[in-house]
Amino acid sequence: MDESLLEKREGSLDNDNETTTWVEYWLDGELVHRSAHVALKQAPPIAAEAASLT
Amino acid sequence: MANTQAMCTSFLGEILTATHNFGTAPVRAVTTPDVFKAALYLTSATVDASTTAYSASNEVSGTGYTAGGVTITGSPAWNAPTATNTSTTAGTAFTTPTASITYTTVTLTTAFDSVLIYNSTQSNKAVSVHTFGSQTITAGTFTLTMPSNTTAAALLRIATS
Repeated sequence: MDESLLEKREGSLDNDNETTTWVEYWLDGELVHRSAHVALKQAPPIAAEAASLT
Repeated sequence: MANTQAMCTSFLGEILTATHNFGTAPVRAVTTPDVFKAALYLTSATVDASTTAYSASNEVSGTGYTAGGVTITGSPAWNAPTATNTSTTAGTAFTTPTASITYTTVTLTTAFDSVLIYNSTQSNKAVSVHTFGSQTITAGTFTLTMPSNTTAAALLRIATS
C-alpha cells in the first residue's frame, strides 16, 4: 500500500473522567484504521460506614 | 486519649483480600489472587451497580475480540491492596491493575462506552463498571490506561469519610 494515499485524522477528549486520544487512517473515503487510547482518571469510591449504636 | 466510632481502615483493605467472611462464601483452595477479566459493552447495554456477573448480552463483538474480553495481566496483575488512614474516622483501601488493559488488533464497529471488571475465578462475579466516551475501533488497538494507584484515584476504592 502506498502510505502517501492515507489520510490521517486525530482527535482527543479530556474531562474529569478520562483523557482519550484516537487516530484514524482513511483511504479513498473509507476508514481503514482506528485506534483509541483511554486513560481513566479515577473511579468513584465505594463508601463504608460504621453505624452508631444510639 | 479518646475513643472514636469508626470503620477500621485495615478492615477495608482486608475486604479486598477476602480476609473476612460474614456469610456463606466460596471455599478457597489457594491463597493466590483470583483472575479478573475486562469485557467491553455497547452503548446500548445496561451495565451498572445492579450488575452481578459477566454477561455476553450487549457485549461488543467483532474481529479479534473474544467474548468475555481479556484477562487483566501483569506481574502481579493488581497492586497489593493498600489501606490508608486519612483521619481518626476515615480511611481508604484501594488497588489498581498494574498494567493497561489492551485489546489488540480488533474491529469493533458498533459504539461501546464501558468496561466491566469481573472475577473469572469466582463464577464471573462482577466487580466494577467504568465508563468512557463512546468509541469504535477499526483494525486497531483499544487501550485502557489505569488511573494512579492512590487513595484519590485508584480503580477500586473503598472509603470511609
